[in-house]
This record gives sequence, structure tokens and C-alpha cells, in this order.
Amino acid sequence: MSIALYIIVMAGVTYLIRAIPFTAFSKKIKSPFIQSFLYYIPYAVLAAMTIPAIFYSTGNVITATAGTAVALILAHVNLPLIVVALAASGTAFCVSVFI
Amino acid sequence: MKSQFLKGNLHGIPIALGYLSVSFGFGILAVKSGLSVLAATLISVTNLTSAGQVAGVGIIAAGGSLAEMGLTQLVINLRYALMAISLSQKTDKSFTFGKRLIASYGITDEIYAVASSQPEDISASYMYGLTFISFLGWTVGTFLGAFAGELLPTDITNAMGIVLYGMFLAIFIPPARKSRRVLLVVAVASGLSVVFKYLITVVSGGFAVIISAIVASALGAVLFPIDIKEADDT
Repeated sequence: MSIALYIIVMAGVTYLIRAIPFTAFSKKIKSPFIQSFLYYIPYAVLAAMTIPAIFYSTGNVITATAGTAVALILAHVNLPLIVVALAASGTAFCVSVFI
Repeated sequence: MKSQFLKGNLHGIPIALGYLSVSFGFGILAVKSGLSVLAATLISVTNLTSAGQVAGVGIIAAGGSLAEMGLTQLVINLRYALMAISLSQKTDKSFTFGKRLIASYGITDEIYAVASSQPEDISASYMYGLTFISFLGWTVGTFLGAFAGELLPTDITNAMGIVLYGMFLAIFIPPARKSRRVLLVVAVASGLSVVFKYLITVVSGGFAVIISAIVASALGAVLFPIDIKEADDT
């Protein structure tokens, strides 16, 4: 399938999700269920995307596990996103040099 | 008007710097998945979102269907709808319908976070400024990652593959630590995702993420509904 088609669908859906509510909604959603569902969605999506994929993200389970462990510790103590992200990568790199 | 744009630029500098390094990882990931430098950059130009783009590249690499692509983007980026609704209450009278259509493009987690934390209602120019500099960081980073990813040693590009996932961990771990119900939702979503990966392998990656996320969030919404005021505060 053509890459362009994929990109058009990706971009179109992503844009409409932002534009429709931003232009159309002037009142807040009242349903507690939908409100709660939307509240949980980002965390659920990120968790499902990250686990177990993160362990295969470097092409080597050992370096990826080391990077994940460091990221977990740093995320646990609330360090900024970029610090956690780069430390995970730095750790994976350092471990790959030694194995 | 001009100063509002500049103010947006200024407030967007930390976002742009963060995006620059994260999108560098995305560029590498995209090229590793078989995309061209142009395709990787075009995706960043047209989407301006991290999680959706990573999932999208996975679907392209796996030769998934367009329906799978559309549904995946819908579910992963659904949070933007919530942010867009929230932000639509915080706009000043400079926001005409046309300007809303343009500004919609820039609603990301980080831009939303900065825009919504302003003490006064935001203007369209401010939103444009904030979006413009963030967009630069995101697309330039993607291009460099996709381009240099082919030149860098494999040890380095392999290690960069974890950057975005590390950022995702940093987004969902702190709230999961603070709140038991977020922890439950995160645990259920991860658990289901693992089950799909190793046991129900007939379901493709994109749908596995959608199903895991919807089931976990619906479970959370049924067991622990949040009240609206609370959601605004976090």
C-alpha cells in the first residue's frame, strides 16, 4: 500500500480529533463515564504501547531492560520527561558497549 | 499581535528543545522501520504527535490496513479531543472559526499544558507562536534523526530506539504512583498488551493497543469514575 495513503489517513484523523472539538464544543461533556474514560485513556494507551515493546526497542533485550530499569527509577522520582528519555537511551548505549 | 506571537515563541522554547531530541529518536525509528527520510519528516509535519506517530509507523511497517491506521490514531489521540474541549473554554475573542481551524493543529500534550496554565485567556497569535516553535523542534529533529540515523554507528541508533518509550514511561509512571486507580488502569493495559503479544498473536499490534487501552480505561471509568472538577486539576 502507498505510504502517502497511510500518511493522509494518519494526518486526517489526528487533525479532525483536534479540530472538531476545538471548533464545535463550547460546553463541557457532562457524562461522568465518558469524562472518566477520556481521563484514563492517555495513561492506558501509553502503558499498552510501552509494555512489552520497550524491551525490544533497542534490538537487544539486555540493553533495553537496563534502559527500562533506569527510566523506571528516574520516572519514579519525577524527573523531567527529557531527562528520563535520554538517560534510558544513554544506559542502553553504555550497556551495549560492555556486552 | 506580534508580541503575542513572540511571547508564544518564548514560552515554547522548552517544548521545542524537548521535541528536538525526542523526534530525533522518532526519525531513527521510522527509518529503521523501512520509511524514507521524506516520509518520516512528512509524518511529523502533518501529525505533530509522538505516540500516534510511533504506532502509525508500526502499522506501516507491518503492512496494516487503513482502517487499523485510522482507528489506532483515533484511540491514541482521543486525549486531544478532551484537551481541545478544555482549551476551547480558554480562548479570547480573537479566535474566529478560521483561526480555531488553524490553531487546532497545535494541540499536543505539552502545548496544551503551557497554554492552559496561562493566567489569562489565550489569543490566536499566542497559540500560533507556541505551536510554531514546537513544530520547528519536532520536524527538524525528525529530519535529523531520519537523515543522520543512516550515518550514525548502530550501537547509537539502537540505543536511541528507546528514547520515546522512556518518555512514555516518564508520562504515565508518576501519576500511576500518585493514584491507585491510574495504577490499576496502567497495570490492566500493560497486562493485556503482554497477553496479546505472547498469547493472542493473531491480533495485530495496532489493534492490541486499542483493545488494551479501551478495556483498561472503561474498567477504570466503571470502577473509579472521576468527578469533572478533579480531571481539570490534573
